[in-house]
Amino acid sequence: MKLDLMSSLYVFMLAAFIGFEVIRRVSPLLHTPLMSLTNALDAIAVVGAIILAGEHKTTLATILGTIAIVSATSNIVGGFIITDRMLKMFKSSGAKKA
Amino acid sequence: MNPTASTDVVIEVAYVIATALFILSLKWLSSPTTARRGVFAGEAGMVLAIAGTLLYHGIVDYKWIATALVLGTVIGIPLGRVQMTAVPQRTALSHAFGALCVTLVGTAEFYLRAPNVPKFMMAVLSMEVILGSLTLTGSLMAAGKLQEVLPQRPITYKGQNFVNLSLLGIAIGVAVLLILDPSRMYLYPAIVVIPLVFGVMMIIPIGGADMPTVISLLNSYAGLSAAAMGFVLDSKLLIVAGALDGASGFILSVNMSKAMNRSFSNVLFGAFGQEQISTAGGKEEAKPVRSATAEEAAAILAAANKVVIVPGYGMAVAQAQHKVRELYDNLTKRGVDVKFGIHPVAGRMPGHMNVLLAEADIPYDKLLAMEEINGDFLQTDVSLIIGANDVTNPAARSDTSSPIYGMPILDCDKARTVMVIKRSMGAGFAGIENPLYYLDRTLMLFGDAKGFVGNIVRELSGGGHG
Repeated sequence: MKLDLMSSLYVFMLAAFIGFEVIRRVSPLLHTPLMSLTNALDAIAVVGAIILAGEHKTTLATILGTIAIVSATSNIVGGFIITDRMLKMFKSSGAKKA
Repeated sequence: MNPTASTDVVIEVAYVIATALFILSLKWLSSPTTARRGVFAGEAGMVLAIAGTLLYHGIVDYKWIATALVLGTVIGIPLGRVQMTAVPQRTALSHAFGALCVTLVGTAEFYLRAPNVPKFMMAVLSMEVILGSLTLTGSLMAAGKLQEVLPQRPITYKGQNFVNLSLLGIAIGVAVLLILDPSRMYLYPAIVVIPLVFGVMMIIPIGGADMPTVISLLNSYAGLSAAAMGFVLDSKLLIVAGALDGASGFILSVNMSKAMNRSFSNVLFGAFGQEQISTAGGKEEAKPVRSATAEEAAAILAAANKVVIVPGYGMAVAQAQHKVRELYDNLTKRGVDVKFGIHPVAGRMPGHMNVLLAEADIPYDKLLAMEEINGDFLQTDVSLIIGANDVTNPAARSDTSSPIYGMPILDCDKARTVMVIKRSMGAGFAGIENPLYYLDRTLMLFGDAKGFVGNIVRELSGGGHG
């Protein structure tokens, strides 16, 4: 248990550093799609909800898990669709003439 | 190896690959040329992770999972198809959904494990639930204000910050009691309900112009709560995704607060609004301004070599972006060099103006950030301001008594001619006078942004060149 905690902390710290370095490089042009994309990725929380709803340990856990899947899935689906729609609109002047 | 153990390995491998795909996804977002590949990587990672999870041997019943996945997809599709102008409120709403998921899972985990919750577990679980609940109601409030179903005016009262910080303090206090003794299960609802109230109170004093900072901050909270959930469930994948989202929201919040010259602690504690000193006191004597007609404006624009258009939230409200594209096309055809200068906090969320202008088919290499364009204004013939105010206010550079003193601005006033499309001389968001309007080189174009730009375009295409 204690070891798991420490490795989780390491993972968190490394991921935070990677996040800073990668996201600092995102052009301000794309800050709106960045937010909708990270939001969709964040909805990976759905995996926790799936296990909760599937394990069927208590009725409460199943109900809460099911609602949680619905809300996370709507973020995944909606987030990816709108991010792609936005990115499709960004064209350079070169591409426009072609 | 027994079958269960080998499935577990498959799931873990799927998670590791998904994690790598998520990081790649954000890396590819760095440039518009690779960005769509980034979305694809994200989708692939997501599908892989969900498919892996469905293999988990502990799942005894797929009925609810399947129903929920279908229902979520049905809700998600329209949310992905909203109008581009509705993107800020959609984003706020999606933060609320993310936070709802995290809060519900946290609550279920607590009641499954209590009273035998190790101290550290209880600490991260409290963090998950507190951040999740306040993000839930905070984001709903923000979405309501952006959608204009709630009053957009900031509501402030005496002792507001004291009330808000006390609420948060009580929630953290209760969480500490729970950490010390998780068998006090009756206390648990308090760490959900109090932050829910706090989330509402936190957004009440927020006005429209603060929204870019608030949305970024809520984004960061949503990410951190998901990372905390990763600790509770011991899911490295979730920790990474949450940390990436948290880092992204954090960077955007810092950018936004810098662009508004707010201190970061001011942002962190959600104490917005308090610095909006109303200075619109009485100074209503009419100073002379020069106004111009669409015809005059068109003549000046047609004669220019270099034009910088500065859009603001007013352009979005008037839905003027397509007319602006016509103006851009017309001027470009005449050989005028047209660029756009975009302030980080223009609009209601980071990058808002870029999305609207890209939707109107303006090439992204013409959309320049404040620091890229500011050096160009000295060589610019005309800066045309459409629906922006405070971000162009030269008082921010020179007038130490101005409430926005120190805020970085677009140096529109350095262009040879400044044109401002504005409905009337009414003060801007914070009631701050803009001395830009009284300069000799400034022409005020009074009217609705969409209508006035349309008139200029008509003059340009009608007059002379036919």
